[in-house]
Amino acid sequence: MKNNIHSPARDRLLAALTGITFIALWEILPASGLINPFFTSSPSRVYVAAKWLFANGFWNDIYVSLTQFTLGMLLAMVVGIVLGLLLGWYKTLNAMFEPFVTMLNAMPRVALLPIIILWLGIGMESKIAAVFLGAFLPIIITVMKGVRTVDENLLKCARSFGANDAQMFLTLAVPSSLPFIVAGLHIAVGRGLVGVVIGELLASQAGVGHMMAKASATFQIDKVFVGVLFLAVFGYLLTELLKLIEKQFEKWRPQ
Amino acid sequence: MNIEARNLSVDYTLRLTNEPLAALKDVSFSVESGKFVCLIGASGCGKTTLLNVAAGLVAPSAGKLLLDGEPINGPGRDRAMVFQSAALLPWRTVFGNVMYGLEIQGYPSREAKQIVSELIDLVGLSGFEESFPRELSGGMQQRVNLARALATQPKLLLMDEPFASLDAQMREYMQGEIERIWQQTRQTTLFVTHSINEAAFLADEIIVMTSRPGRIKTIVQVDLPRPRALEIKKNPQFHAIEDYLRDLLDQEFREMMGQGIFQGD
Repeated sequence: MKNNIHSPARDRLLAALTGITFIALWEILPASGLINPFFTSSPSRVYVAAKWLFANGFWNDIYVSLTQFTLGMLLAMVVGIVLGLLLGWYKTLNAMFEPFVTMLNAMPRVALLPIIILWLGIGMESKIAAVFLGAFLPIIITVMKGVRTVDENLLKCARSFGANDAQMFLTLAVPSSLPFIVAGLHIAVGRGLVGVVIGELLASQAGVGHMMAKASATFQIDKVFVGVLFLAVFGYLLTELLKLIEKQFEKWRPQ
Repeated sequence: MNIEARNLSVDYTLRLTNEPLAALKDVSFSVESGKFVCLIGASGCGKTTLLNVAAGLVAPSAGKLLLDGEPINGPGRDRAMVFQSAALLPWRTVFGNVMYGLEIQGYPSREAKQIVSELIDLVGLSGFEESFPRELSGGMQQRVNLARALATQPKLLLMDEPFASLDAQMREYMQGEIERIWQQTRQTTLFVTHSINEAAFLADEIIVMTSRPGRIKTIVQVDLPRPRALEIKKNPQFHAIEDYLRDLLDQEFREMMGQGIFQGD
């Protein structure tokens, strides 16, 4: 039988190799004339474009996008966690709202963007709303699920000590949903980024997506790729951060 | 705490068929304060139901259960329950778990910490205060479960087959531990088990129950001297009690199945 060697160092090395190969091919293929760099760009062109962009207002685009993303996410977290806990715990609230949460989650929420832009304009507010709409549903849904998976034996134990509803909620429902909250955030980060970019692509005055839309309309593919790479790296870093937080639960989570 | 059951009946409604099911029927008995009482009988004889009524988790359909002469009105601080599954909060350490009942009942923090330390010591878990339940063996988890119940200093301790999921060796060891701990606390205890051996070792009185609907078949006094060491299980007097209980349960089994295990007819 073959033993699979699994070490984190080896995994990282393999991932680095894949990345380096991709970047090398991306540079070599357009340079060799096999594909047209006008459409595909190349790492060196992207580098030049990035240098130019950072010297010419890209920081402001980043600042605008990050502000919109952060505010939208914070709003989604507060609303999603609070509503998720309440809808998961109180059967009446759950009966009142659950079908609509499911419905909202199933519909393509991008379809709401034209309405949001009409209501909130093309400034930051509409993008904050877009991030919120993308991010708050995965959070509310996972948190509801987390609350409902509270161990029945724990509830019985709390009841036998004479715990009231609020005490059971705070000492059992909230802590046992924490891992679910982080799992929801994983999905929410991706959806929130989609929200901010689509919002900016549709109608905006600044932001990473705004820059990309402008560059694309004027066939400046190198600049578009700078935006793509920025978003990819940003999303990756946030996901890694969430993984670090998730590690906190490993010390008590039963296998 | 004195316990008195007067014509206690509990009916459940079966969820699927909506039919009523009598779990306990016309149960009457009384237990003096400070006794260790075991409830024994086949699965489904209503042992756990009786315990749940005492805990205030299930309301009687008829009759009543009196604790020190007072009818039960929901769960109370004077009682605590040790569950079959350890039911520990996985995100809390041993210390935090033992603290749980005290926290729910609003004990002042300093006093609670004092009690928790003492109980962790009593159940033999010193040094494991900061361990999480997943790091403990089944026996250790049940010690935490027991310490959590004892921490609230209940006048009535309710135990629902606490050792059912332990291996045979650990089970006997824990029986010895229960005896040792009970010698110090002397709380009135209702202990549900289906092990004849366990009941004979632990109990002052054994309430033998019939199968569905649960009625009291008889109450057996166990006069073995206390404190008891596990060696007592090798004693002929102990074997006599076990045999007597085995015959009672076999008789019950024969009535239910039309055939006994030891005396087929």
